[in-house]
Amino acid sequence: MISNSVDLQERAKWVWRETLAIHRRAPETRIASSLSAIEIFVALYYGGILEFKPTDPRWEQRDRCVISKGHGSICMYPILADLGFFPMQELQMVCKAGGILGGIPDPIIPGYETVNGSLGHGLGVASGMALALKRKRSGQSVFVVCGDGELHEGANWEAIMFACQHKLDNLHLIVDNNGISMLGYTDEIVSHQGLAGRLESFGWNCSEVDGHDAPAIQDALMRLKTTAGGQPKALIARTLKGRGVPGLENEPLSHILAPKPDLLDSLLKANDDVG
Amino acid sequence: MSAKPIAMRDALLRRIHDAMATDKSIFFVSADFGSPVLDRIRADFPERFVNVGIAEQNLINVSAGLALEGYTVFAYAIAPFITMRCFEQIRVSLALLSTVRPMNLNLIGVGAGYSYVVSGPTHQCYEDITLMRALPNFQVLSPADHVAAAALFDQCVGVLGPKYLRLDAQVLAAIYADGIAPNLKDGFNVHRRESGICLVATGYMLHTAFIVADRLSRLGLEIGVIDLFDLARFSAEKLRTELMRYQTVVSMEEGFAGRGGVDALLGDFIRRTALDVKLIGIGVEGGYRFDLGTRAELHEQVGIGPDVITQRLLDLSNGRGKAASGARR
Repeated sequence: MISNSVDLQERAKWVWRETLAIHRRAPETRIASSLSAIEIFVALYYGGILEFKPTDPRWEQRDRCVISKGHGSICMYPILADLGFFPMQELQMVCKAGGILGGIPDPIIPGYETVNGSLGHGLGVASGMALALKRKRSGQSVFVVCGDGELHEGANWEAIMFACQHKLDNLHLIVDNNGISMLGYTDEIVSHQGLAGRLESFGWNCSEVDGHDAPAIQDALMRLKTTAGGQPKALIARTLKGRGVPGLENEPLSHILAPKPDLLDSLLKANDDVG
Repeated sequence: MSAKPIAMRDALLRRIHDAMATDKSIFFVSADFGSPVLDRIRADFPERFVNVGIAEQNLINVSAGLALEGYTVFAYAIAPFITMRCFEQIRVSLALLSTVRPMNLNLIGVGAGYSYVVSGPTHQCYEDITLMRALPNFQVLSPADHVAAAALFDQCVGVLGPKYLRLDAQVLAAIYADGIAPNLKDGFNVHRRESGICLVATGYMLHTAFIVADRLSRLGLEIGVIDLFDLARFSAEKLRTELMRYQTVVSMEEGFAGRGGVDALLGDFIRRTALDVKLIGIGVEGGYRFDLGTRAELHEQVGIGPDVITQRLLDLSNGRGKAASGARR
């Protein structure tokens, strides 16, 4: 399914609204890091980048999408429901007994590949998948979405070196580069300045993009996916944590701040017609 | 007749090498750790061998990815590093994930207990049984000789799920005859059936158990010996039947005493199955040390050598000893 630019941006608006609505019903969820990743997931799932089959989530011919920034992917719930991975009613059951959608997504959710709660594991597991697909002569691709704060975990860099060594050009890393981890700006904690150059020096084919421009992400990902060349690929998406929510957007403590119900209600009301 | 001894790892790797020729689903991943037999695997099956380098965290995650794609994976490194350097990768990507997505992942850790004698506490391994036993869906396998280690290959390929194989780094005397390996299904093997004291040992400590049993038998004590090599899924019913005949059960492990290892395993087993036996826990006492010496010397210093164990059990039978763990119930 290749969507046009208008469709993708409209989908992104709808996902943004649904993500806020989930948080309104389940305030235990952390949404700031989900709001920075919406257009990334929209481009992947609605932009014709990923091959998938909602009725058969483990379909052998699917592209593997490893969502390493697990708790920063609450926005995947409406996307997966909309695409038919599970019923829309599940969105009413987030963090509730009997539901499958928790505060941090687990692989019991159709569409999720791995355990995602602990950060810094996705890229290594994805590298193993990519190596396996290569050795099985399978043409499927592996995508990993991680946050920039997550790149502080050293295991990522073991995987980054490994993927280059083994020429895993079926592996795609998308960094939601919102510049903020839990306690502040990553620049002031351990900086990732010049991340693209760093990854290139590790042998990766690296691009950068406005992470809130879904069509631009779609273009960049399609270009990367169709490029062989023996290099693993990274797309660094410049994003804003907490995007669109006053008090959260680019706020250094946004990860642990919860917007007040009144604010959420007014934002939801203002966007009632979305979707 | 006992087999000519070789290293446990080479015995197991030979089985893996032989199988890789016909079973294309086997993938071998090393964290820059080798062996002469591994050289043959590397040379003969380069498409299904990868060395991740000195990077155990990546060893586990890459192995998980390979296993998710259907490979039967053997991941190979020094025992303390493959268990402790990457424990969270093991927990998240193997133990947790495999409860949802079945995978066949076999961790081979070489260097159980004090087997890296002069390398000191970084390379010695006295915590791994406790740690790996804490993961409820992990199988923990601790063979006592190369015949048992080779036989465990069948368990590795035949049983789905995550497993940890704790192998000695030294060449140990063969206990089992070639081709007559222990009963994998039971998870333990009875070597001597008596009625007084039963030594339940794992790994290297089975060899010590035989020495202790011989000495005590010469002094008129009746000493049974059991090799407990499956530390997670042994047959509880059969083990209970075996232990019922004894007054005292002695756990013997090359790991810290009183820290959740085999002593805790047996203590819990005795309590759960309401066995009326006294439990003595033999394990490493005194915490971390940097002492040098032979393995035999180190074992005596930390309370797991044949001399100190024999004396302790003699004192006990003479009424002078104190039970280290477990009182008469």
